[in-house]
Amino acid sequence: MERYSWNWAILVTEPYVYWILSGIVWTILVALAGWVIALALGSVVGVARTLRQPVVRAIVGAYVETFRNVPLLVQIFLWYFVLPELLPAAAGQWLKRDLPHAEFWTAVVSLGTYTACRIGEQVRAGIEAIAKGQTHAGLATGLTLPQVYRHILVPVGFRMTVPALTSEFINIFKNSALALTIGVLELTSRTRQVAEYTYQAIELFTAATVVYALITLIVTFAMRVVERRARLPGMIQSARTGP
Amino acid sequence: MQIDLAYIVDELPLLWKGMQVTLLLTLLGIVGGVALGAALAVARLSRFRPLSLAAGLYVDLFRLLPLILLIFWIYFLLPLWLGRPIGGFYSALVSFILYEAAYFCEIVRSGIQSVRRGQVHAGLATGLSYGQTMRAIILPQALRNMLPVLLTQSINLFKSTSLVYVVGVRDFLTAADVIGTKDNRLIEMYGFVAVVYFALCCAASLSVNRLQRRYAI
Repeated sequence: MERYSWNWAILVTEPYVYWILSGIVWTILVALAGWVIALALGSVVGVARTLRQPVVRAIVGAYVETFRNVPLLVQIFLWYFVLPELLPAAAGQWLKRDLPHAEFWTAVVSLGTYTACRIGEQVRAGIEAIAKGQTHAGLATGLTLPQVYRHILVPVGFRMTVPALTSEFINIFKNSALALTIGVLELTSRTRQVAEYTYQAIELFTAATVVYALITLIVTFAMRVVERRARLPGMIQSARTGP
Repeated sequence: MQIDLAYIVDELPLLWKGMQVTLLLTLLGIVGGVALGAALAVARLSRFRPLSLAAGLYVDLFRLLPLILLIFWIYFLLPLWLGRPIGGFYSALVSFILYEAAYFCEIVRSGIQSVRRGQVHAGLATGLSYGQTMRAIILPQALRNMLPVLLTQSINLFKSTSLVYVVGVRDFLTAADVIGTKDNRLIEMYGFVAVVYFALCCAASLSVNRLQRRYAI
């Protein structure tokens, strides 16, 4: 250990500083774009899992089980290497050759669909927690079932889900590091690259660790604001930080 | 495009070798992770503030790192510290143990905290010592409460071991990747890997659910 020669200045040396900064930007882009897909798809999946139609339930259930039980890295490889081969020749060709930043979009879709199945389960749990009594109450007041979903179950169920979303949001940033396996030059990939060039691995991995810590802190604080605004009066989660 | 099942059968011996590495990493990771995690949980619940703060800091730190970054950290740091190369397998194993310990710590801690405090008092009131109360009353109940979550986390680790790909360890996924790249048969290989992981993880989580129904307090 004593033979290690420290050089913290490496972090602000050109061109490495720009590589690291661009790595941070790509990490944030991949995670945020994936999050958009995850939230949208996850909400649909969560609601669909509470429906009565057996066909819908079976399809959505199969989706959730598949994406939950295959390692994320394998999913990324399937999207990146296998999907273009299974598509019609022209579409596969477009994915492989013509789509700009194909590895970025692949990472976004993989992370998005993977996180969506986890969010779907949270949304389902949120809706199921209130469904029984409130569905009956809603139907009794003369609402139709779609109206019950639109005005009661979805808005209220969603607000129950918010605390659980915080950890999924943090996870998508952490999981975005897997994008390096298909060549996305995000933060972990960039710091490893500079570490290999300069042999200053400790400084670089420390920098990466600090950035991930900052991301976690920022997400936690931002979600706490969302949690406070989405809080349901009278629920246990509001008692903790109550007036 | 044709999918050739006979090709997969031909390559099964090599894939099985990879699967053995995956299973070994998972098993050793669970044993080491649970042991370290339990020690951390005891430290976190300790009345001695510095100890519980240190354990809390450990848990927070390791939970904010992407596992891949931790693998890179260890892959680089451990040889520097030991003064000799240790290879991808041991680097990855150490990373899994350190990483999973943070999660196992929280599982064990909430398992212990799930047993009502009154039971400690009740145990002490009947004349048992603190150690006896822990051993005979609290821990058996805590274990039953935490077992399903422990097992689910173990399934997660089984899936996470595929990340050894980044340091070139020949686990199940990497073995399939090497074979598939050599023969230009990535579709068959990745497809097969996905099916096997899916089947194993599904079976495992179904058994955890069944276990949970039977042993829940």
